[in-house]
Amino acid sequence: MGQNTRYDAVIIGGGHNGLITAAYLARAGKRAVVLERRHLVGGSAVTEEIFPGFKFSALSYVVSLLRPDVIRDLQLARHGLELLPLESTITPLPNGDYLMRGADHDETRRELYRHSPKDAEAYDDFGKLMYHLAFAMKHILDVVPPNPTSMRPRDLMGLLRFGRHFLDLPPEQFYALCKLMTMSAADFLDEWFETEPLKATMSASGIIGTFLGVRSPGTAYVLLHHYMGEIDGVFRAWGFAKGGTGAVSEAIASAARELGAEIRTEASVEQVIVKNGKAVGVALESGEEIHGRVVVTGVDPKLTFLKLVEPQHLPSDFLDAIRRFKIRGSSGKVNLALGELPNLTCLPGKGPHLRGAISISPSLDYMERAYDDAKYGNFSRHPYMDIIIPSMIDPGMAPPGKHVMSIFCQWAPFELNGGWNDEQREAFGDAVVNTISEFAPNLKNAIIHRHVVTPWDMQETYGLTQGNIFHGELSLHQLFFMRPTHPWANYRTPLKNLYQCGSGTHPGGGITGASGRLAALEILKDW
Amino acid sequence: MLRGTPFHERTAPLCEGQNWRRWAGYLSASSYELVNDREYFAIRGASALIDVSPLYKYLIRGTDAERFLNRVLTRDVAKCDVHQVMYGPWCDETGKVIDDGTLQRLGEDSFRLTAAEPNLRWLADNAGGLRVTIEDDTDSTAALALQGPTSREILKSLSDADLDNLKYFRLAFARIRDIPVTITRTGYTGDLGYEIWVEARQAVPLWDALIDGGEPYGITPAGILALDMARVEAGLILIGVDYVPANRALIESRKSSPFELGLGWTVKLEKDHFVGRQALLDEWRGGPTWGFKGLEIDWNSLQKVYSEFGLPPELPQMTWRTSVPVYSGGKQVGYATSGCWSPTLKKYIALAHLQSNSAERGTRVEMEVTVEHQRKKAAARVVELPFFDPERKRS
Repeated sequence: MGQNTRYDAVIIGGGHNGLITAAYLARAGKRAVVLERRHLVGGSAVTEEIFPGFKFSALSYVVSLLRPDVIRDLQLARHGLELLPLESTITPLPNGDYLMRGADHDETRRELYRHSPKDAEAYDDFGKLMYHLAFAMKHILDVVPPNPTSMRPRDLMGLLRFGRHFLDLPPEQFYALCKLMTMSAADFLDEWFETEPLKATMSASGIIGTFLGVRSPGTAYVLLHHYMGEIDGVFRAWGFAKGGTGAVSEAIASAARELGAEIRTEASVEQVIVKNGKAVGVALESGEEIHGRVVVTGVDPKLTFLKLVEPQHLPSDFLDAIRRFKIRGSSGKVNLALGELPNLTCLPGKGPHLRGAISISPSLDYMERAYDDAKYGNFSRHPYMDIIIPSMIDPGMAPPGKHVMSIFCQWAPFELNGGWNDEQREAFGDAVVNTISEFAPNLKNAIIHRHVVTPWDMQETYGLTQGNIFHGELSLHQLFFMRPTHPWANYRTPLKNLYQCGSGTHPGGGITGASGRLAALEILKDW
Repeated sequence: MLRGTPFHERTAPLCEGQNWRRWAGYLSASSYELVNDREYFAIRGASALIDVSPLYKYLIRGTDAERFLNRVLTRDVAKCDVHQVMYGPWCDETGKVIDDGTLQRLGEDSFRLTAAEPNLRWLADNAGGLRVTIEDDTDSTAALALQGPTSREILKSLSDADLDNLKYFRLAFARIRDIPVTITRTGYTGDLGYEIWVEARQAVPLWDALIDGGEPYGITPAGILALDMARVEAGLILIGVDYVPANRALIESRKSSPFELGLGWTVKLEKDHFVGRQALLDEWRGGPTWGFKGLEIDWNSLQKVYSEFGLPPELPQMTWRTSVPVYSGGKQVGYATSGCWSPTLKKYIALAHLQSNSAERGTRVEMEVTVEHQRKKAAARVVELPFFDPERKRS
């Protein structure tokens, strides 16, 4: 097109990170445009009225890790961000009992005590250790990973700060961190607790979004990742965005627009245009070309570097590394419109427990068996599930008296035996509903509408390669200065003027906004 | 809902303002009457009946029970006679206080330890290799404190125990109107008083018996607010208020050693080994850096500070529990953690952590006082604890 459509920055993908990068760039006076393939912004953080009157956080469904500086810098509260507390987790058990952890310390202690007096006390000690470690580690979420093999002063300084941070830890914490880095979530928790549903439910944090089981080494560290969440200064707090997760994206989009960014939906990018070894813009499926001084990709590394950029523009070793990047989809999502609340056999009736999470994770063996299915290419017949009922927290999500249920389920491998099709999708949905029905027998009859999202759907509808919710697994070998691959963890790429701002970069995973923010700050450094 | 204690069906109707507070996961009355004065004066002038059931209680039994407790506590448990009670703290390996409580020696190999916080895991972790069982007795044993000058007469009239010969910090197994109880001559008020330990299912009949038999002696159910004033007068520390338990402190500087809490007398370094001994020995050799002392706020100075605003001194009618800076020569030398007006002593008193060089008896310091939103300083004098120590407590 003509000169008048030349932007400073063209951002591919209107997920929350892309929007944040655009907002920060616009704030610095740059002319930024966000190009979103779908009809709405948010990427995986969208609220969709899939069934009339029922609103769903279609994929991502809880918020904890959204960086406080992003909230402050973009004034998201003024733009409508409201985070409601998600206070409790109940784990129903096959024997009719349950384990419930809530916001109140005394009540949680009493409940844990019922299962194990020792665990009730270990829980506080464990929480304190995690608090310390999360406090020590969480600054890492807000820094650009240094390149450990570079001798540049900036990298050396970054590395020094990084190293000193660890060496400053008291020995007890240092060694705990070493254990977290190397152990499996199950083994690590075994060192602390004896109550199976407690260990199983906590271990789930270690495997979400990875193709690993709770007994796979390295999963312990991811537990810590989930302790780094923070809402209003309270660590480890999880929240639900009023209006669904899409409301977070809407707030960011509103901030970005106010700052001068342009957001275009139904603008599907087909290719990054490269001229003289530099990214100069993008071509849309429609044939339209949009030019910019820099191009920023908010989509995952595989999609970006293996599809949107022609291979001749990238070094082969880099392409190899991106091909090796692990991005196996492992989870599915089932969204239900309900005529009535689920009635848990273990705790019947409408109670505060339905305002929190319901975790189907009765034991470590249960968790590992669910993974066993996936290892050999099947979805879990009895999956691990993290369930919330958003309409209990925000009544606006469903018509009065009706409810919506959000079910995150793992494992559902992208590479399913025989491949995903409509029949398999429904079979997977049945496995989910049947498993929950074992704990809430009224569920089946309460379902008005069922929306099943498989990893295949996540790829096809939401653009997540292989349906991986984190744009790449959160395994140790893919974190920090290795995300997505060294030495390109500083949001730059081998292609000049092409930057990355998505969840496939550090720190990645969840609605943190950190990638989007850090990418923008790096882009501005190069300006 | 928070739990009520085993006395709840009796205490709930008495709680006129329904002003409950939380104590170790139980409902605990702040005061029963709408004004708590009478409950306080019952402690000092008649008898107050205080529900202390939320205390954590552990039964420790076995042939190694004494060895085990000697390993955990700073006191010398070998010197604790059967039917004796000992007060003391226990520490972590670095000699910082985890909790404090009383130890009742119920028999040669049988003890009951009270604690303010859950300690089952800590105790169990330290029992390795010893023939000892630790049973959490918190819910199955209820406890009442009967505190005040007439408490002995009440118990004499109701029980078969030889109370005239039950010395301070001793215990007796007895019956109160046929209800089997353990009576310890202990308390958290610094007054003549007893604590009565009973099976939870006998709690209500025990309450009824005491209220009935105590009536002629002015027995008065009292809540935590009254107790809190009495314990400040008695110079007794409160966990979570006057110190942070070492296993909950997020930073080192929040932790305290027994020496720093005025509990040096409980630390028996001559004992073979106990948790924290080496650190405490080192601290003892070097001398502790902090002391825990009483402050008496100077009346004239207080009056002067208030008169600037045309006000008479406004005195705290119940114990405050915040951290208040203490200065000497314009520099902060410590902080007070609890304070109240003592109706008995007619003095404004506070408990304070003071750097050792400002902790000598008689040192003149200044305590921050906020008057009309402005921070002022009132002169105060460092005194030894307790503030109030009546003859009757031990006699």
